[in-house]
Amino acid sequence: MDPETPSTPPQTPPAPCEGCKGTRRDFLLKLGVGLNVAAGAMIGIPIAGYVASILVEKYPLEWINLGPLSKFAEGTTTLASYLNPYRRTWDGETDLIPCWVRRLPDDPKEGVKFQVFAINCTHLGCPVRWFEESQLFLCPCHGGAYYADGSHASGPPPRGLFEYEYKIENDSLFVKGGLLPTLAHTTP
Amino acid sequence: MEKLRQLFFWVDDRLHVSKLFESTAGHHVPKSSGSWFYVFGSATLLCFMIQVATGICLALIYQPSASEAYASLEYLSYEVPLGWYLRAVHNWGSNFMVGIMLIHMTQVFLFGAYKYPREITWLSGCVLLFLTLGMAFTGQVLRFDEDAYWGLGIGASIMGRFPFFGQEMVNMMLGGPIIAGQTLSRFFTLHVFVLPGAIIALVSLHLRMVLTKGINEYPKPGILVDRKTYDAHYQTILRKEGVPFVPHAIDKDLMAAGFVILAIFFLAAFDGPKMPNGPADPTQIDTVPRPDFFFLWIFALAALLPPYMETFVLLVGPVVASIILFTLPFFNNTGEKSWRRRPIAVITVILLWVGFSVLTYLGKTSPWSPEMKAWTADPTPAEFIKGRTPLELQGALVLQYKQCRACHAIDGIGGHRGPDLADVGMRLTEPQLVRQVIQGGGNMPAYGKNLTREETTALTAYLVSLRPPGIPPARDSTLPAKPAVEQPLANAQ
Repeated sequence: MDPETPSTPPQTPPAPCEGCKGTRRDFLLKLGVGLNVAAGAMIGIPIAGYVASILVEKYPLEWINLGPLSKFAEGTTTLASYLNPYRRTWDGETDLIPCWVRRLPDDPKEGVKFQVFAINCTHLGCPVRWFEESQLFLCPCHGGAYYADGSHASGPPPRGLFEYEYKIENDSLFVKGGLLPTLAHTTP
Repeated sequence: MEKLRQLFFWVDDRLHVSKLFESTAGHHVPKSSGSWFYVFGSATLLCFMIQVATGICLALIYQPSASEAYASLEYLSYEVPLGWYLRAVHNWGSNFMVGIMLIHMTQVFLFGAYKYPREITWLSGCVLLFLTLGMAFTGQVLRFDEDAYWGLGIGASIMGRFPFFGQEMVNMMLGGPIIAGQTLSRFFTLHVFVLPGAIIALVSLHLRMVLTKGINEYPKPGILVDRKTYDAHYQTILRKEGVPFVPHAIDKDLMAAGFVILAIFFLAAFDGPKMPNGPADPTQIDTVPRPDFFFLWIFALAALLPPYMETFVLLVGPVVASIILFTLPFFNNTGEKSWRRRPIAVITVILLWVGFSVLTYLGKTSPWSPEMKAWTADPTPAEFIKGRTPLELQGALVLQYKQCRACHAIDGIGGHRGPDLADVGMRLTEPQLVRQVIQGGGNMPAYGKNLTREETTALTAYLVSLRPPGIPPARDSTLPAKPAVEQPLANAQ
């Protein structure tokens, strides 16, 4: 390390246990190393598995009741919220997930029709706000704008709003949800 | 006295304190390195120690639970004696740590300290840069307010842009498919166990390298680094003008440390802690999420990058930046160290600082964000109403009611995403205005479905009237100019 001392010619370091091949000491050394590797694996592999389990875990979406149809007036877009199906008791207020419900004017042929949008802007996930007067969803972060039908109007978003799958059962509106929609998974 | 001496010798004999001192604090450094430029490394470390001390205190009260975190912060700020002060010191300490670290890095780069034989010192410093930024981000999440919640959303949205394994990255970051209690636990673990542990390990390596390879001598123009001769050269410097770091070179470090502590004290005592801005309630969407100071430049970048290159830059940019940082000491290993003879290095530093500063400023002002309350809160200046016809006044109402001002200011009041409309009448003709309003374009939504024919007529009539005094309305340049007769109308009389 010290450049002042004249560098000695490199010597091959003595083997850790010269001349002890096959002895009891050699055997114990190898056994000791082997024992520690095995024991380490028994702790280490579960640790890695514990941390990485999230990578293989599947979170299937679940049907969530958003309430009776009467809650959503015809031709309006309103904010609704539901309890995250994967909630835990310690989630606090984060267990409530908002979404925008647009009830289209009733169609005499097809009946009641909805569009349910995720709150998250498709650009970087900020909460979009609905403006009835200009019929636009606006994002407060980078200025993304969407039309009433969720399609992209202007700004940086790469696509229209994320849309929930929905169904109507027993006069109630159900959506399939349970995850934060991103470009990797576009149905929330 | 003699007893004390004996006690010291006994302790020293058992603990080898004086030997430890000689090989660490008392190690010899070039006299030229006892410079004001060399105080930033120790100042960064000092900030880290302040963060550790205050962080441990805050952890005595803070509840790393999504349901309790916010309330525990309020309790800490309002109820616990001096809790507010420790929070303020922790906040300002983090600002100082990031800031001084960047100055330290700039100095090290300009002084060529990353060159032979101090490559590992530079590499460990680069890892420390990323770890410190990691601390800044995870710390902002622990405040667990609206900004933290939506900041996590931004982080997850960036992760979701990874090809093939985007969802796995999102789950890994959030600890599940959605931002919730387990997300806060994750960031708490990172902020108080993983990252500080890694920082302590890396700082140890960083300091160890300073001891084994020596602190960089103050570079002189024209003295080039050569792998064959540098070590001998450095030893000569140490022999000729080496001084023990303690007590002969630590004076300026101590001064700088004192000033840093004083500055943190004053800012913390008088500015107070950064209060959380409302609990992390996702249904409370009347919010304008902004990251903490250090990440405003990324926030700005996300708004300004063209969409087609955004994912690429967000995902590949950090990799490229890391590669440049980590390979710098290898492709630029020898030669000139003084910044006086390294113009490219100087220009790089200036460009980076100017670039980051401008982006941070833009992130702070965020002119691209719509003013959500402009349509109800922003007045229309009187000179833009005066002397208008009933039709034009109706148009002024349409402009206000249809929230045009979320993006368009009138004379500076309102949003700044689109052009200011104060003089739009001299820039666009009526047919052009009709087309722009109906079809949108140029980053403006189309209002065709949302405006009646009458509203459009009134709106464009009003827009045409928005002109500086005495300026006629814009005309179609393909038609012959009409002699200017009328147009007494103007914005201000």
